[in-house]
Amino acid sequence: MSIITVERKVLEKNDELAARNREIFGTHGVFVINMVSSPGSGKTSLLERTLEYIKDSIQITVIEGDVQTDLDAQRVARFGVPVVQIITNGGCHLEAQLVHDALGTINLEGTQLLIIENVGNLVCPANYDLGETMKIVVASTTEGDDKPLKYPGMFRNASALIINKTDLLPYVNCNLAELKKNALRINPALHVFETSCTTKQGIAEWCQWLKEQVVKKK
Amino acid sequence: MHELSIAQNIIEIIQQHVPEPKWKQVAAVRVKIGAVAGIVPDSLKFSFQAITAESALCHTRLITEYVPFRIHCHTCKATTENEEGFAMCGECESTDIQVLSGTELNVVELELDETIRAS
Repeated sequence: MSIITVERKVLEKNDELAARNREIFGTHGVFVINMVSSPGSGKTSLLERTLEYIKDSIQITVIEGDVQTDLDAQRVARFGVPVVQIITNGGCHLEAQLVHDALGTINLEGTQLLIIENVGNLVCPANYDLGETMKIVVASTTEGDDKPLKYPGMFRNASALIINKTDLLPYVNCNLAELKKNALRINPALHVFETSCTTKQGIAEWCQWLKEQVVKKK
Repeated sequence: MHELSIAQNIIEIIQQHVPEPKWKQVAAVRVKIGAVAGIVPDSLKFSFQAITAESALCHTRLITEYVPFRIHCHTCKATTENEEGFAMCGECESTDIQVLSGTELNVVELELDETIRAS
């Protein structure tokens, strides 16, 4: 028997591609957010409310990641922003290569903010850097307050947490303070927002903060 | 099930370190998995077996090595571990900490059995 020492990161290929994406975004001055959450947390609704609020003041392009269909891309296109749909055909997450492939169809010069809506999944996307400026994790009140403890990876790597569907709090078994406490135990640096896409509560605060981040980066 | 694509990445790393005629000799691949790496060792082993089944690596064993989530506290200087991935000192509950280990997902080494004839 002989031993070959390897010591390599399993995901180094993705990390290298992500670094290349990040360089491209940097060259063109594009701020990129990677939105992650479990399926049904309201990522697309949140995206719609966000577009409504800031599309007139910031040039936005959207990448939609889904396992099947371009239904989400159709929803986003209604807001008159450029949207590219990536269909993973069963794949449970977006990878840096898929985003890189999509860049060819995007006008980076005319984009200040690129919003990537990842595949709804709280596990796999945490491992795959896409070259984004920051990850935004969305957790809805209907999922309960223990999500950060069950899926810490997603919360550890995020810059902001959006707690969505706050209008449903009276009807669901979710303690908002507990949810925040659990998330901050995993990642004390998280910026936390509370939103409802139905009543639009909290949308302005979230959008204002996002706009500030984009402008600050310039 | 991203363990499947993780397994594919591990195979590519093996193939980059061992020339093709010797792939049959790779008896084991040792992989370090951090406590909070988001990887289930048994799923990874299953995926690895499934995609190597009909290949030259069909006899390669995937051995996983667990790495605890360990943090160092800048406030009280203690080093503590926790299973949950809390970024909070286990002694003084300060959040001014540095993660020392537990997030890794690395191929560490390969074992080659030279008694098997290379093809």
